Amino acid sequence: MTVELPALEQTHPVASPASPSRLRRWMRPALGLLLPVGLALLWEIAVWLGLSNGRLVPPPTKIFATIVELARNGELARHVTATLTRVVAGFGLGVIAGTVLGAISGYWGLARRLLDPTVQALRAIPSIAWVPLFILWLGIFETSKIVLIAVGVFFPIYLGVMGAILSVDRKIVEVGRTFRLSGPAMIRRILLPAVLPAYVVALRVGLGLGWMFVVAAEFMGASEGLGYLLIDGQQLGKPAQIMAAIVIFAILGKTTDWLIEIGAAPLLRWQDGFGRQGGAA
Amino acid sequence: MLVLDRVGKTYSNGVNALERFSAEIKLGEIIAIIGGSGCGKSTLLRAIAGLDRATSGTVTLDDIVITAPHAKIGIIFQEPRLLPWLSVADNIGFGLSDAPAKIRREKVAAALARVGLTDKANAWPRELSGGQAQRVAIARALVPQPEVLLLDEPFSALDAFTRRDLQDHLLDLWADTRPTLVLVTHDVDEAVVLADRVLVMRPRPGRLFEEIKINLARPRDRNSPLSDNFKRRVLTALDRSLDRNVPDTEPKTTSGEAMWW
Repeated sequence: MTVELPALEQTHPVASPASPSRLRRWMRPALGLLLPVGLALLWEIAVWLGLSNGRLVPPPTKIFATIVELARNGELARHVTATLTRVVAGFGLGVIAGTVLGAISGYWGLARRLLDPTVQALRAIPSIAWVPLFILWLGIFETSKIVLIAVGVFFPIYLGVMGAILSVDRKIVEVGRTFRLSGPAMIRRILLPAVLPAYVVALRVGLGLGWMFVVAAEFMGASEGLGYLLIDGQQLGKPAQIMAAIVIFAILGKTTDWLIEIGAAPLLRWQDGFGRQGGAA
Repeated sequence: MLVLDRVGKTYSNGVNALERFSAEIKLGEIIAIIGGSGCGKSTLLRAIAGLDRATSGTVTLDDIVITAPHAKIGIIFQEPRLLPWLSVADNIGFGLSDAPAKIRREKVAAALARVGLTDKANAWPRELSGGQAQRVAIARALVPQPEVLLLDEPFSALDAFTRRDLQDHLLDLWADTRPTLVLVTHDVDEAVVLADRVLVMRPRPGRLFEEIKINLARPRDRNSPLSDNFKRRVLTALDRSLDRNVPDTEPKTTSGEAMWW
């Protein structure tokens, strides 16, 4: 309650007198917050007035209290660490495999004709369908979970890298040829920088899928992790715990995505339009 | 000396783009190649650059047969083709990566000053106007001090005012080290202002049609009656080159002040 009120009030003093540029800078994020914060506030009030018992849809304060409670007894750190470890390991493996195979397929026509049809056929299989097989092959513990995440991450990275290499402007490559760049120099000085923007997008898409698949992986039998919190909350009838886990998923997903974005920003300053986006953030 | 000996190019789809093109170009000469669309002028330039191999005949520069891009040959394209992820200064220094950093910095700084873009050294290519970007491209090609500079319609995407400005600027830069310039263009004005010789080509298949020597003193006055005279001759040759009824004879050479018609 006390957390959300100031955010609402901030729109008031700014809306009337301030200069147009300051107004615009504050209004846009404030406008975006209006709907979710307003709804949360309404629900909070509805439960407080006794219009609903809030048992199945707990009010924001209850969710917040659950998160605080989980943090206090150390459970939160344990579950977040477990989930983060799986995502990082799976994402890392998927990125490495996707980048290497995507680069080979993009750069080398023969490899593409050899490799790409198989990869595309595998891509048509919904990755969750592998779960039973992975459990049989790799057991119920960490390996099968990490491999599932890696499979989910692999495809967007592979496609992104291959597509980016294939669409590098022939005219720019020709500039490299006129300056007689060797194969490695051509890759380092022309292809890599040209591919980078699309690669960052592929990484962000891959990371999103990584977060999606970690939930699926933790549903298939885990004793810790945010996915376990979800299942546990369902089985013990604790919706506040489920919502708390969802909120933490959202925070972690957004934070890791943001880390990629700011990590890549110095390398992508040359791009048209990126400056505007970066300036607003 | 750049020697083109019966250079021909037939593409894999059977199109005969260029046939038996021969010319001898002395060091420091400025040659303009002009012709209707599809006359193989860009094909010829790419063969000289070593970007595409000729299917017959040879290109030799100082007795070296050119089959791949060569250090002594620079090229400027119709578009600036700057690398968008490098600053203006780094774009200009792109061909100097083997040189020690200190020498590279000095050469880049000198080139920036020479093309009047010192204040843009740290700008991104996207921040340049079309004319500025093409000046950076010229600087990038000239910094390694090529013996031959090839230009493929370098100013055709620019407005008339910028184009004149850059033509003058190009001559200015050319005077520094006097490389051979081979310029493909479809602009008669440009050919007459810049070139020592204008090679008119005829299309399908691309062949040398006529050679016109422009013996006008530099700097040239674009609007003098003498210039107009040469422009008219190039235009007439162009008209005739597109006329299918003219028999395919050996290319003829005209020069001097005498009117040949």
